[in-house]
Amino acid sequence: MATVHDVYRKNKPKAFSADRRPSSFEVWSWFFMRISGIILLFLVLIHLYIMHLIGEGVERVDFAFVAARWQNVGWKTFDWTMLFLSLLHGANGLRIIIDDYVASPRKRAAVKTTLYTATGLLLIMGTAVLITFDPRAGA
Amino acid sequence: MAMDGKDMQLAATEIDVRLRLLRFNPERDTEPHFEEYTVKAQPMERLLDCLHKIKWYQDSSLALRRSCAHGICGSDAMVINGENALACKVLVKDLKQPITVEPIRGLPVMKDLIVDMDPFFQGYLAVKPWLITDDHEREPDRERLQSPEDRARYDDTTKCILCAACTTSCPIFWADEEYVGPAAIVNAHRFIFDSRDRGGRERLEILSLKDGAFKCRTAFNCTYACPRGIKVTKAIQEVKQAALFKSL
Repeated sequence: MATVHDVYRKNKPKAFSADRRPSSFEVWSWFFMRISGIILLFLVLIHLYIMHLIGEGVERVDFAFVAARWQNVGWKTFDWTMLFLSLLHGANGLRIIIDDYVASPRKRAAVKTTLYTATGLLLIMGTAVLITFDPRAGA
Repeated sequence: MAMDGKDMQLAATEIDVRLRLLRFNPERDTEPHFEEYTVKAQPMERLLDCLHKIKWYQDSSLALRRSCAHGICGSDAMVINGENALACKVLVKDLKQPITVEPIRGLPVMKDLIVDMDPFFQGYLAVKPWLITDDHEREPDRERLQSPEDRARYDDTTKCILCAACTTSCPIFWADEEYVGPAAIVNAHRFIFDSRDRGGRERLEILSLKDGAFKCRTAFNCTYACPRGIKVTKAIQEVKQAALFKSL
């Protein structure tokens, strides 16, 4: 027969501990989320307006459209900033949710490794496309 | 508002009160289950009185915590009709029947309405909730004076009675008991913004750690749950702001 103490030992809960090396990573990560959130709000709305609302909307977006747009280094910077901020903002949000809901340390490490790998790959792929894009390739 | 004769008569008339209590006996049960009770009580009686009637006259095996029974000791926080409150501060007349009573969430249930408060108090202790001075070696020869303005700075957070209603209403704490929790941040706030205290920096460093104050996502459940009316989320935001500006 299980006693209160057996149950307690089996379910001994984890708790917050201050016995760790000081780090302000979470402070900066929190601050980054606020700043990137505000910037993304504008970037994404402008992006949606240009890509989906003006003229025939998304129907008119083809290779020539992109090539014309990326002639301008300003739009390239705009797109890269949006790529960079949205990936990091999203990945950091998922990191925090994983910390909340994936309790087992091994599973947590696995899920986070997958997340960071996917984020890194997308960032590298997007950046590579932006840098190496050749507007004459379609001609 | 003063009651007239009719109101007083109504308030003194005993009614049947139906309750559904979430029971769990670790020596017998594998899962908690609801049990129903009916007690006679006056509408102006408190929920705690009904629980006493059950424990004293119907089923003495019911386990619950309570001490002062007047909203100060903070022992009898429970989930009452889905919301965290102190059983000694809620009146029968204000509750929809059957009254559902469950143990506070996010902490392991030991028996019936009694939970293991260890993670809660470990978070509380981690923020060093005591006065830290830089001259504690020396015997103080005069009172540590403080202006009324300086005292007002942290007045709200002195009201905490450590009942855990805020921490156990927090969805972040439900998911992850390693989160330090709103109550601990409130008690850190009480000293961080005390002009006589010198441990503010140290506490802000502790709360800047992973699972510290920055895990708060301003769900506001804590502010809603606090039986002392502390603006918990506001206090947490003030601590975050102080920690951010310390880091900048």
